[in-house]
Amino acid sequence: MSETKLMRTSLYAGGTSPAKMIQAGFYNEDCIVYDLEDSVFGEEKDSARFLVYNAVKYQRPKGKYVLIRVNGIYSQHLEEDLNAAVRARPDAIRIPKVEYASEVKRIDEAITAIEKAASLPVGGIQLWCNIESYLGVLNAREIAQASPRVAAMALGAEDFTASMGAQRTKAGWEIFYARNAILMACREAGISAQDAVFSDLNDEEGLRQDLEMTRALGFDGKTCVHPRQIDTVNGCFTPSEKEIRNAARVIAALEQAAREHTGVCVLDGSMVDKPMELRARATLAKAEAAGIKMWRKI
Amino acid sequence: MELKKPAVAGTLESSDIQITLQPNPNGGIRIYLQSDVKALFGDAIEQTVREVLNEFGVANALVNIVDKGALDFVIRARMQCAVCRAAEIQYNWEKEGPHE
Amino acid sequence: MMVNSLGRELPERIGDYVVRPYRGAYDTPAREGSVITRRTAGHRVPGESKRKESLKEAIIASGLKDGMTISFHHSFREGDQIVGQVLAAVRDLGVKDLRFAPSAVVNIKKPSIVDFVRDGIIARIEASGIRGELGDAVLAGEMENPVILRTHGARPRAIEAGELQIDVAFIGASAADDYGNCTGQIGPNACGSLGYSFVDAQHAGCVIVVTDNLVDYPCCPVSISQQYVDYVVKVDSIGDPAKISAGAARLTKNPRDLMIAQRTVDIISASRYFKEGFSFQTGAGAIPIAITKYLAQCMKARGVKASFALGGIPAAIIDMYDEGLVRVVACSQSFDSVAARAISDRPGVIEIDNADYANAYSKGGYLNREDFGILGALEVDVDFNVNILTGSSGEMMGGLGGGPDVAGGAAVSIVTIPIIRGRTPSIVPRVFTLCTPGETVAVVVTEAGIALNPKHKNYAELKEDLEHTNLKLVDIHELQQLAQSMTGVPKPVETTDEVTCIVEYRDGTVLDVIRRVKR
Repeated sequence: MSETKLMRTSLYAGGTSPAKMIQAGFYNEDCIVYDLEDSVFGEEKDSARFLVYNAVKYQRPKGKYVLIRVNGIYSQHLEEDLNAAVRARPDAIRIPKVEYASEVKRIDEAITAIEKAASLPVGGIQLWCNIESYLGVLNAREIAQASPRVAAMALGAEDFTASMGAQRTKAGWEIFYARNAILMACREAGISAQDAVFSDLNDEEGLRQDLEMTRALGFDGKTCVHPRQIDTVNGCFTPSEKEIRNAARVIAALEQAAREHTGVCVLDGSMVDKPMELRARATLAKAEAAGIKMWRKI
Repeated sequence: MELKKPAVAGTLESSDIQITLQPNPNGGIRIYLQSDVKALFGDAIEQTVREVLNEFGVANALVNIVDKGALDFVIRARMQCAVCRAAEIQYNWEKEGPHE
Repeated sequence: MMVNSLGRELPERIGDYVVRPYRGAYDTPAREGSVITRRTAGHRVPGESKRKESLKEAIIASGLKDGMTISFHHSFREGDQIVGQVLAAVRDLGVKDLRFAPSAVVNIKKPSIVDFVRDGIIARIEASGIRGELGDAVLAGEMENPVILRTHGARPRAIEAGELQIDVAFIGASAADDYGNCTGQIGPNACGSLGYSFVDAQHAGCVIVVTDNLVDYPCCPVSISQQYVDYVVKVDSIGDPAKISAGAARLTKNPRDLMIAQRTVDIISASRYFKEGFSFQTGAGAIPIAITKYLAQCMKARGVKASFALGGIPAAIIDMYDEGLVRVVACSQSFDSVAARAISDRPGVIEIDNADYANAYSKGGYLNREDFGILGALEVDVDFNVNILTGSSGEMMGGLGGGPDVAGGAAVSIVTIPIIRGRTPSIVPRVFTLCTPGETVAVVVTEAGIALNPKHKNYAELKEDLEHTNLKLVDIHELQQLAQSMTGVPKPVETTDEVTCIVEYRDGTVLDVIRRVKR
C-alpha cells in the first residue's frame, strides 16, 4: 500500500528569503512550494534558483510534500528552472498559467530528458498545474489527463478573474464555474483538486465562510497565502465522524476480502473499487493528521 | 576559470549572507569574513566558500562576506550565484552529481 | 576541583568565596537563626529634616567608605539615570573599591558602569546579570574578583543570610515626600512596582531615596515607608521617560513566535492544572505577550478565570484583569506605563515584594502556589538545563532574572524557544552556562515540536494530560539533532581556568561558573 499523501494545505515560500524558506518548513502545511516565479523579480531569478535548489537538496523539511514552482512555460527562465528543479528531486513541479495539454506534454518530455541525463528514476517527479485563465478552465479536462505525472490542478483565482474581466469578490460567484470545472476534471482524471487562496489575512470569518464552499464543493486542498491560515484550513478538511466510520468500514471490508481471497470486495451491495479505496485511505489519513483517535486501524 | 568582473549575491537580511566577489589576478583566494558567529562557524563558512570556488575551478578571487547567520546551504547557493555572475557564465546543471 | 550534581566542574574556592556545590533543587534547608540585617534604629526629633541638597551630601552623611556595599533597584530599566549620577558623585568624593549590588544591572550607556570598574570605584559586583560593555569587560577578566550572579529570589535570601550586606541603598522613586515615603506608582517617571527594593529598605545600613518629583507630605500611595529612610535627595531627573514608560508591547507578527505561543497555550489548556482559580506568569517578550493574548482567548472560550497572575507584568495582563479574567495581579515589576499606573487605580493589581514573589527561603511565597510559569532561554540542553546568561560564542547576553525561581516553584514550568536562531542552535548537547537546573524544567516548546522532561516531578501527569491532544511530543534529543543538522556542529568556545562569574542557585549553592573566554 503506497503512502497516502496529504495535500490539504500548500504554502508558498519565495525563493528570495532564506529566513522565510527555513521557517516555512516548520509550519503545519502539508505541501511546501518553493517559488521561482511571481515572488522573485527578474534580476534575482538566478539567485533564487540556486537557493531553492540547495534548499531542497540539503535542507529538505521532513514529512512534507515538496514542490518547486518554476517560471511560466514561455519564460526565458524555464529551461534552467527545470534543470535545477528536477535535479533537486522535489515531489512535484508546479507549473503556473497552464492553458493547453500540449504545454504539459512539453514539460513532461523536458523533465524526462533531464531525469535520464541525471540518472534519476524516470517519472519520479509529479506535476501540479496552476489554472489561471479562462483557457485553462476550458481545457481543464485535457490538462488533467495530459500526463501521468499530473497529480493535481489548482485554481489561481486572481489571474483567472483578471482574464475574465470580472471582479474578485469574497462571495466568489465569479470563480464558481471555474472551481467546479476544475473539480470535475480532477475527479475524471483521479487527481487532487486544489482551491484558490483567500487573500484577506485579517478576515477570519471570511476565511471560514470561503472554506465552507471549499469543503462543500469537494476540494481536496487549498493554497494558503500566509502561515496564519494553515491551521484553520487544515481544520476544514478534518473528516466528520460519519465519514471516518464509513472509511474504516471500507478498509475493513477490503482487508477481509483479502484475507478470504474473495477477489471482489462488496460493501452494502456495491463493489469497492480503487477510487473508493483511495478516498477511504485519504479520509483516514486526514483524520489521523487532525489527531482524531476514535477509530482503530484493523 | 577566471572571474571577469565584481559581483554580489545575497542580502543583509537575518539568516542570509551577502557575498561580494572580485577578480584577483594571480593573487590567489583571499577571504574577508564578517559574522556574529565567526567564533563558532567561521572555519565552516570559509570551508564552504573554498569548496564552491574549487568546484568552479576558480583559483583567484577576493571574497568579501557579510554573514547574518546563514545556514550552509544558503552560503553554497549565494557563492554559486556570485561566481556565475562574476564569471559571466550560465551554470552547468549537469555538474550536479547523482543523488544518494 | 569538584563536580556538582549537574556535572559542572567547580573550584573549591575562588578568592575568598567558598563554593558550596549544587546538590538538588530542594536539598538545602532554611538557615537557622534570625535574619541578619544592617538596619539600625534611628532617632529623628520633630522638626529635623531628612533632605539633603545633593547626592554628594547624602553620600557623605551616609558615612560611605572604601570597600563598602551600595545597592540600587532596576525598575527603571534602560531609562535609569540614578546609578550613573550616584556613581559619578561617589567618584567625585574619592570613594573606591565598592561592592556594587543592584537587583539587576541595567545597560546604561553614558556613563557606562565599566568606566567605574576601570577607575577603581567598583571592585566587586553582585547582581542578577551583566551585559554590554561591562559584560564583555568582565568576561575578558578585567575584574579581580569574580562577579556573583543571583536570581531575583536568591538576592533577598542572601541579604537575610548575611552573605550580601548592604551599607547604603539608593532607592529611586518617581514620587517621594520629604520624609522618605516613596513609590514608583505615580509621578511623571512612574515605573510601577518597586518590589526589588523592599529588601534593601528593610536591611541596608543607610537608605537614601532619590526622586525628581517631591510631593506634599505624606506621599500616597506608599511603597517604601519613611521609617526605613535616612535621607531624601531631589535631583533634576531620575530617568528617561521614553525608556521608563515604554508603551505597551504590540502583538508580534512573526508566525514562528505565534506558533510557539499557540502550542504553549494548547499545553496549558490541556493540563489538569488549567481550571477555575488557576495561576500563571508569562513575563515580557514577543512570545510571552502572544501567549498572554492566546491564553485570554482560551480562558474566555472555556469560561475559566485565574486567581492570580505573577511577576513582571506587561499591559497585556492588565487587559486580562480589565476583562475580568484574573482576580489578582501581583506585580514585582511593571514593564510599561500601562502596567505601572495600573497598581494605583485598580484594586486587584497590587505591588508585591520581590521576596514574596521569588525567595525560596521566606516562610512561603507566591511561586509555591503558581501553576504555570513561562521561561525564556538562550540555550537548553538535552538534560533540560537552561542558559539565560551567555550567548553561544560565550558573550554575556542576559541576566538570571526570576527564571530559575519560577522553574523551582511553579507546578508546570515551560521554556519557549526556537530551535535555531540564525545559525546558532538553541537546543544543544550541553549549555555553555547552567542557570536553571533541568530537573525543574517541565516542558520545552519549539516550532519543531514539544519535549517533556521525564525527570520533572510532574512528568507523568503532563504526559497523561497531553496524550489526549494532537500536539507533537518529541524527545529532546531529536530537537537537538534537528538543530544540529541545520546549523552544523559549532566549534567549541575555549576558556581559560580563570573564573570571572559565579552562578548561584536560589539556595546559594553554585550551579556553574563562567570562565574567561580565550580570544
